[in-house]
Amino acid sequence: METMIQIKDVTKTFVGKDNSVEALKGINLEVHKGEIYGIIGMSGAGKSTLVRCLNFLERPTSGTVLIEGKDLSEMKDSELRKMRTQVAMIFQHFNLLMQRTVIDNICFPMEITKKPKYEAYERAKELLEIVGLSEKAKAYPAQLSGGQKQRVAIARALANNPKILLCDEATSALDPTTTKAILALLKEINQKYGITIVIITHEMSVVQEICSHVAIIDEGTLAETGTVEEVFQRPRSRAAKKLVIQGDTTPKMEMKGRRCIRIVFSSNSSYEPVIANMVLTCKTPVNILLADTRDIGGVAHGQMILQLPEDRETAEKMVQYLKNRKLEVEELDNYVG
Amino acid sequence: MWDNQTIMMIVEGTGVTLYMTLVSTLIAYLLGLPMGIALVVMAPGGLKPNKVIYKILDVVVNIVRSIPFLILLMLIIPFTRFVVGRSYGATATIVPLSLAAAPFVARLVESSLLEVDHGVIEAAQSMGASLWNIIWKVLLAEARTSLIVGATIALGTILGYSAMAGVVGGGGLGDIAIRYGYYRWQFDIMIVTVILLVGLVQILQVLGTKLSKKLDRRITG
Repeated sequence: METMIQIKDVTKTFVGKDNSVEALKGINLEVHKGEIYGIIGMSGAGKSTLVRCLNFLERPTSGTVLIEGKDLSEMKDSELRKMRTQVAMIFQHFNLLMQRTVIDNICFPMEITKKPKYEAYERAKELLEIVGLSEKAKAYPAQLSGGQKQRVAIARALANNPKILLCDEATSALDPTTTKAILALLKEINQKYGITIVIITHEMSVVQEICSHVAIIDEGTLAETGTVEEVFQRPRSRAAKKLVIQGDTTPKMEMKGRRCIRIVFSSNSSYEPVIANMVLTCKTPVNILLADTRDIGGVAHGQMILQLPEDRETAEKMVQYLKNRKLEVEELDNYVG
Repeated sequence: MWDNQTIMMIVEGTGVTLYMTLVSTLIAYLLGLPMGIALVVMAPGGLKPNKVIYKILDVVVNIVRSIPFLILLMLIIPFTRFVVGRSYGATATIVPLSLAAAPFVARLVESSLLEVDHGVIEAAQSMGASLWNIIWKVLLAEARTSLIVGATIALGTILGYSAMAGVVGGGGLGDIAIRYGYYRWQFDIMIVTVILLVGLVQILQVLGTKLSKKLDRRITG
């Protein structure tokens, strides 16, 4: 597949008065055309810096960034600006012009590319329809909800038919329902127009929802990359494990020394009560410490963490049962939520 | 004492004060607006940082602002003569007024532009906007209400300064107040001019506030 973005040994150091901070320590990454690529990490991991290196809002201290094979560091200012019309970006706080109407906000990037006014206006109307906000054309951003503002920002980002859309924590300021709707819109845009999307987030659920590939960034380095399936089912690095098994409602229970397992659902039918059947078969209860599963087209997706009974034999039997049901089973040492 | 001549003189004085204030403010903005923009754009961490120019501007603005207006007025008399041909009268007063107000305006503009959300500037950069585009369509456009509030403050301050110029024969209401009120002890004239000055500032303030509110799109409902 055609490579869209290539990042080679990128480092970024912020030099302060008394100290310097190494935000990125040698990142290598490749994003292909048409992918929805998630970059996930805890806050302060360097993901926002990394995404800003993709359009040179931040210049990397060393290393190269290639967009469609072209090295950004070799571009003149005017070439960089031209490239940026093809690499659009949306933000956590939307960053709309507050003194302009919705439709004028969408026209703004086309003013930059000097598109004739009438054409720009027509295009803006078309975009408003795509994001479902036609009736708000004359409204000002202050009159819109967060989700509506992000829709305007998306319409604005699409104005110049970009090849790449960078999303910097684009759903982090939104409630779960609105987040879902915005992610669905991004997915639709990706499929309809073939725009490559890079999503920066700290929420695994966002990655699971729409990304095809994911990179996990931890303290300025790439901890792990792969398809979302791979990383979710078999997280190898510490950072990946932490992100995958991050429940908001972390159980604080006495469980050290007891055997805990994590099971991943990816191919089982949603209608099959696996855990209940296991309990009935083994005639011993288990403790569910975390459960995060959902039904996607009749197939169960997600994960659970179970605390197994102390009796070794029964525990082994249970693990075997789950494995027979084709579930991924992973042992967790001293899981403390 | 309140004959037609006196009334005419006061009406004319009001006109002259307005003339000095408005023209001086205009010139002060012609000088101060670019300076204010430069202070924001060239500041460390700005859109186009330039240590040398920034430092020079910063120092010049501070120096001019710290010279008391009356002293500045006298200091630059040779320059005023060179520009206007004489050192007294309303038109001559416009020179020191504009020069004294320009750095003040620069600081007002600077603080207005610094209020613009950095995220919006970053968004414009991410779209490939040029520096000029960002200054014109983001900084100035987004800060317009704050700029109008600033201009209202500048007008009031310059009006006050214009009255001070009356001491050296500057013309306008301040001039009348000093000549009749101070030198001739005609307190009634002094009080009328003061009331007129207060009234003018009030009117400008109300108009400015109204305009800025009317143009602000951040307020809903």
